[in-house]
Amino acid sequence: MAISIISFIIIQLPQGDYLDREIQRLEEEFGDSSSLAHVEELRARYGLNEPLWHRYFIWIGGFVRGNFGESFEYKREVHELIWDRVAFTLIISIGSLIFTYVVAIPLGVYSATHQYKWSDHFLTFLSFVGMSIPAFLLALSLMVFAFDIFGVPLFGLFSAYYEGAPWTWGKLNDLFKHLWIPIIVVGINGTASLMRIMRGNLLDVLGQPFVQTARAKGLKEIVVVSKHAVRIAINPLISILGMSLPGILSGSAIVSIVLGLPTVGPILLRSLLNEDIYLAGTLIMMLSLLLVIGNLIADIALAWVDPRIRYE
Amino acid sequence: MNEIQNTPDQTIEALQEIETTVEIGQLSYRQLIWRRFRKNRMGVIAGALLLIFYMLAIGADFFAPYHYNEINMRLRHVPPQRLHFSVQNGFYVHGLKSVRNPESLELEFTKDLTQRHPVEFFFKDAKGRRHLFSSAGPMFLLGTDRMGRDLLSRIMYGARVSMTLGLVGVFLSIILGSILGTISGYWGGWVDNLIQRVIEVLSAFPDIPLWMALGAALPPGWSSIQIYFGITVILSIIRWGGLARQVRGKVLAYRESDFVMAARAAGAGHWHIITKHLMPGCYSHIIVIATLAIPGMILGETALSFLGLGIRPPMTSWGVLLEEAQRVTVLLHYPWLIFPAVPVLVVVIAFNFLGDALRDAADPYSD
Repeated sequence: MAISIISFIIIQLPQGDYLDREIQRLEEEFGDSSSLAHVEELRARYGLNEPLWHRYFIWIGGFVRGNFGESFEYKREVHELIWDRVAFTLIISIGSLIFTYVVAIPLGVYSATHQYKWSDHFLTFLSFVGMSIPAFLLALSLMVFAFDIFGVPLFGLFSAYYEGAPWTWGKLNDLFKHLWIPIIVVGINGTASLMRIMRGNLLDVLGQPFVQTARAKGLKEIVVVSKHAVRIAINPLISILGMSLPGILSGSAIVSIVLGLPTVGPILLRSLLNEDIYLAGTLIMMLSLLLVIGNLIADIALAWVDPRIRYE
Repeated sequence: MNEIQNTPDQTIEALQEIETTVEIGQLSYRQLIWRRFRKNRMGVIAGALLLIFYMLAIGADFFAPYHYNEINMRLRHVPPQRLHFSVQNGFYVHGLKSVRNPESLELEFTKDLTQRHPVEFFFKDAKGRRHLFSSAGPMFLLGTDRMGRDLLSRIMYGARVSMTLGLVGVFLSIILGSILGTISGYWGGWVDNLIQRVIEVLSAFPDIPLWMALGAALPPGWSSIQIYFGITVILSIIRWGGLARQVRGKVLAYRESDFVMAARAAGAGHWHIITKHLMPGCYSHIIVIATLAIPGMILGETALSFLGLGIRPPMTSWGVLLEEAQRVTVLLHYPWLIFPAVPVLVVVIAFNFLGDALRDAADPYSD
């Protein structure tokens, strides 16, 4: 609720919206007499003569019913434009999330069990670099690199051949070929910080008495680490699942802009630059909703994994 | 009887031990932090590096070989030139020869071995400004951009915007965060509730899309300085929440402690308790969080400007410089345009190391 109000206020912030420009254009094109009626019609249709709060209720009322308004620029209903893009955003975000956890946990465990060896130092250094490098720079350099070495332009999610084609296995295959790069790029920052956290957690746990007991029982080191220590050390990672979501969504937005992926990012940028308010507002709302839902799932997952946690 | 018969060595050791403990007791909190911080080599290196960067940024007028907006339309996209050294000439660069590429019809530059432009120190340019080093002939150690402006100089000037923006932004979010966090923790009740809900709502937005929306909302008619502060405010508005939470936690912990109780019993006012008893306990925390927040701000500004929603030319920042390198085709022809990414990375990594070292040092009583 509060999110929707803020989204609405933000998109109303620019003085003079797309409609003003459109009206100006119409006036120039047709002179005044004929266009004035048209202008009035447009104004009435978007309720631009109404006060702000009224417009908000028109908008949010439509939103919950799945009617997001019309994009001024594309002259199409917003919902026609965005569902594909929201889906691709989801695919990339979930992919990055999986990548982050699958890579970060083993590396963190390795780093912790080899503390202060050169491999640990190396991984620590890598993770610092990984945390510091902005995703868009990584995307940019990968793109140049791929073009230089392989001569393939890493642009978009499909090859030119499949661009407008209907869904087939070939297209799906093509999608996966393109998908891994954005997934890795978006996931790198999260992976690096997650690795640090995993390392720290595991080191804490490894110092505890029950691990000592397990070792004293004569269990193999690998069993001690994997069955006793990692299981405890992994819990906090699930609770920060929700915290890593904003980073991933932000990352996917900006990486998509650089790599030209058909996700929410590029269209958001365009709509913001063109003051296409309904489109921009819907996109921001969508991203925020994804985040809220993601947080909810993270909470549920945590309660499911760790039976000690109960929400009253 | 024999108990006292220590060897002289042992006695000295024991004395030294006493001395060090006494010394620790006499050192101030700040000195202790400084001591521990100095032990962390990476942190010290990072700190020194950042100091150098800030000095270069502040003194960019002097350190940069050219002014950042000095346009040479005839020297567009000149590749980086190598610095040579010989005993007669000192440091020098070769002259430039322009050749038109028969295929792309673009001017390309190669070095003219017959010409040598010596690098002069404390060079005085046409407008009478002094530069640490420059040359009478064209000297572009990192190449030029599409308007023939020296990239090295632009990076130095860009550092001014990029590096101060992080500082100012963090300063703003410290003020916001610590005031609201203290209020929230000290008074509790509905004020606390309200502030916490606001923070939650703010954190429900993914930050870059939100920054983009706010950045796009800055009026196009604003001057560079206004945009600069606008961006700063945008960055800090989103980021104060985390800090406020931490401060609130600290204040909550201290609020019921004995020394605060004593102060209250002695009749101290709210203001006195907050400023004299609660805030000092939070300082070290705030500084650490702030240091770790600066890289996020720098990256935020870079990302925004990179997308064309942040700092606008003629003002320049690292993000603005990188915006030129946005397209692959450009980058393939003029790969040196990606170079502004290097200082971004170095500064961000340095801040991370510095913050890490400060975090370790902030708690001098821990071992």
